[in-house]
Amino acid sequence: MRRNALRALLIWLLAMLAGLAIAWNSRFAADMSFFLPAEPTAEQQVLIEQIKEGAVSRLLMLGIAGGDAQQRAAVSRELRGRLAGSSEFVSVQNGEAGSLDADRDLLLAHRYQLSPAVTAERFTVAGLRAAIGDSIDLLASPAGMLFKPFLTRDPTGEMAELLGGLGSGNQPASRDGVWASRDGERAMLLVQTRAHGADTDGQEAAIQTIRAQFAASLPASAGADLQLLLSGPGHFAVESRALIKDDIFRLTLISSLAIIAVLFFVYRSPRLIALGMLPVVSGALAGVVAVSLAYDTVFGITVGFGAALIGEAVDYSTYYFMQSGRHGLADWRRRFWPTIRLGVATSVCGFGALLFSGFPGLAQLGLYALAGVLTAALVTRYILPDLAGPLVAGIGSTQTAVRCEGAIALLQRLRWPTLLLAVAAATWLGLQRDQLWHPNLSALSTVSEADSRIDGQLRADLGAPDSRYLVVVTGADQEAALQAAERAGQRLDQLVEAGVIGGYDSPARFLPSLATQAERRRALPHPDELRQRLVPALADLPLAADKLAAFVHDIENARQAPALTRADLAGSNLALAVDSLMLQRASGWSVLLPLHPRVEADELLIPAEQIRSALAGSDALFIDMKDEFDTLYSDYLGEAITLSLAGVAAIIVLLAFNLRSPRRLGGVLLPLLLAVIFVVAGLHLLGERLHLLHLVGLLLIVAVGSNYALIFDSASGQATLDPETFSSMGVANLTTAIGFGTLALSSVPVLNAIGTTVGPGAILALLLAAMFVPRETAR
Amino acid sequence: MIKSLSFGLLLTLLVLPAQAAFDVGQLMAGLARHPGGKAKFVETRFLAVLDKPLKASGEMTYIAPDRLEKRTLLPKPEILILDKDVLTLEREKQKFSINLASQPEALAFVDSIRGTLAGNRLALERNYLLHLVGNEEKWVLTMLPRDQRIASFVLRIVVSGSRGQMRSIEYLQADGDRSLLTIEPLAGP
Repeated sequence: MRRNALRALLIWLLAMLAGLAIAWNSRFAADMSFFLPAEPTAEQQVLIEQIKEGAVSRLLMLGIAGGDAQQRAAVSRELRGRLAGSSEFVSVQNGEAGSLDADRDLLLAHRYQLSPAVTAERFTVAGLRAAIGDSIDLLASPAGMLFKPFLTRDPTGEMAELLGGLGSGNQPASRDGVWASRDGERAMLLVQTRAHGADTDGQEAAIQTIRAQFAASLPASAGADLQLLLSGPGHFAVESRALIKDDIFRLTLISSLAIIAVLFFVYRSPRLIALGMLPVVSGALAGVVAVSLAYDTVFGITVGFGAALIGEAVDYSTYYFMQSGRHGLADWRRRFWPTIRLGVATSVCGFGALLFSGFPGLAQLGLYALAGVLTAALVTRYILPDLAGPLVAGIGSTQTAVRCEGAIALLQRLRWPTLLLAVAAATWLGLQRDQLWHPNLSALSTVSEADSRIDGQLRADLGAPDSRYLVVVTGADQEAALQAAERAGQRLDQLVEAGVIGGYDSPARFLPSLATQAERRRALPHPDELRQRLVPALADLPLAADKLAAFVHDIENARQAPALTRADLAGSNLALAVDSLMLQRASGWSVLLPLHPRVEADELLIPAEQIRSALAGSDALFIDMKDEFDTLYSDYLGEAITLSLAGVAAIIVLLAFNLRSPRRLGGVLLPLLLAVIFVVAGLHLLGERLHLLHLVGLLLIVAVGSNYALIFDSASGQATLDPETFSSMGVANLTTAIGFGTLALSSVPVLNAIGTTVGPGAILALLLAAMFVPRETAR
Repeated sequence: MIKSLSFGLLLTLLVLPAQAAFDVGQLMAGLARHPGGKAKFVETRFLAVLDKPLKASGEMTYIAPDRLEKRTLLPKPEILILDKDVLTLEREKQKFSINLASQPEALAFVDSIRGTLAGNRLALERNYLLHLVGNEEKWVLTMLPRDQRIASFVLRIVVSGSRGQMRSIEYLQADGDRSLLTIEPLAGP
């Protein structure tokens, strides 16, 4: 026995060391990838790219509150100055005057390459007369005052053309020369980080820099009154990761301490407790190793699920310690192990069903739990007995068992009322079925209500784009992609003209394709020709041709100028706009054209059908991000329903095959069905809207709860259940309920849903199994 | 309008003894009592770069105390609306809105016309030194910017009128260009 024990211990230790080595080198992540589809469609691919590296995912919105407007503006300027100097940010805007001068100069210098109005017709006599006439008319308007300084350089008004195309002019309000919230009570800044949205470390560092620089920007006198509000996708990612990290630690601690306390109460032996935790630790490690090997990245939420696994995995050693004392190891293996093995198999069916999910988070949870439970069972069966040595009978209180028998008798008198209650609950749920489910993916979001409210406020104050509607075009190279964007832009122009949409952004506006630039260059006349044409064109206009020397000079320069490239825009906001709308992928380039709803539109909605039909026949793809998220969620939900049903079906087949009796099968399944009904009814009664993780929880009630029904069933041949079996089941049930129940304390909705479902479900499954145990067994 | 006119006449009777010394306070009181209404306007801009002055014309509506609509009909239709601090400009298919509270220079500029229409002496004196000549029947108010930043836009604003009715407003810009807005009240409803 000693040598066996030593050998077993060595094998176990080696396996653990190997596992630790793998786990140590695993990549852990707590980002949105948990929720993003493993095999995305073309539309979903865009969604994923936007979330991971899109410009919007790199925007942080800042608000400075407190103090007076002057103090806020001063801090806003100081903060912008400090952040703009940091390499962590590609742009820091606060609406300060002068911050857009560089952009204006670039537009002016390259206006003949950029302006869509540049055609050969515009530079004919008639075209010049019309364009210059318009510019002069514009001078009669207040808006014309902005363009007056440029009249002699730009008499055809290409600047007005360019700036007019920039859209609705939805600038934030401002106070004391810097952006402010709509009510004027906060100074506002918009920051774009260099780090991608998916780079949570980078986002965290950027946010820390912002907070530190804000603190440093505060004036000594009034500093205490001013606060920084911050929101954006990066902030959410950082917060969510912190929340998950905190949850992992907290939940694991609570679950372990509570379970150890239960075990101590039962065993009163530190040695047995340590041995009992052996399968648990092995299982948790095996779970991480399996996930790490299969998926490369281990999600934080998966590790958080470990708290539940502890409760489930500790059951096997509980059964062994409490049952084998009286019967001896060989007898235990013969009489009890097959039942436990069947219980393990049903759990494996339940968790295994999740492996087929296209929802990566769910598949990981499945694999983690599957590997964990299997390992814990195997360690209990093959390693624990050798390590534990001979056990004494009557571990755990026999008195408890006696009391349990009384309780069972009482429970069994409640059979009919319980059945009636279940029928009533099921009918009620049937009537309420439309209100049972949460309709979208936001149910799984870790963003708190307070954070989400601040985000909404800052977003509305800044008029920050939410980029809900996008048109996406692709091309083999940058030029092809820009040309595709220009073609799509022509179709979108018609929609703007027709008032279907308010406008759209395109990188081709600041970086036209080389083909378009060449075409515009060809449209520019020779200087001599231009001078000749100007004379008749200006005949009836109050502008003398000799005042337009700068214009002729600029046209001549534009004819000679090399094509405008991305490098020419470097460092400007125009470059930012171009970069944020173009993504380079392995397969080529893709270009995003965000659409803006009409400002007058009530709900700021865009009629998707009209856009799709306008784009029909081109390779441009229209995407409504919200719609994609909703579709994604309903796909996940539909899939989760299928998988859960398949999992339950597999469990039923497994049980039917092993029990070989419809009556016994019914006896095992009935308590599970009732437990599921009561749990759903209870959650609905508490006002909880169910989402797909609740559904998974229901599957786990069946998978985990069937163990108890099976043990009652396996004892049905005996005159009475022996006290050890009774108390071991009670203890196993308690630890399972603690493990899963701990998850209910989590603020991560994915874990919380499993906790609130499986925790009560496990206890109900035991009570109901006891209630419906065949009468001859109990007597 | 007739009502306001007779009311105005009545007032002149009341203030007759004080007429000899027509001052800014009296002007402002008269302007403040003016309820607003519709007027035709002609705006002439004298720009150095152009050989001839530019003319624009249309209708203006003032609703006391803080809404002003200026609908240009010629040469190009254009609507400019000042509602409290929000200035909206609609031209062809474009529409711009800015909140003037954010732009102190532009606000000072707008306040010169709004403050005069409303008879808001405080608003005018915040940004301008006021100089009044003439009598109640025919007055000329000259405003000189106090602040250098405003002076870089506009050197001088001259408003003229009769009783509570503004008749013309002239802006002299720092670059020497000038614009003159003349106002012809239309009979009210």
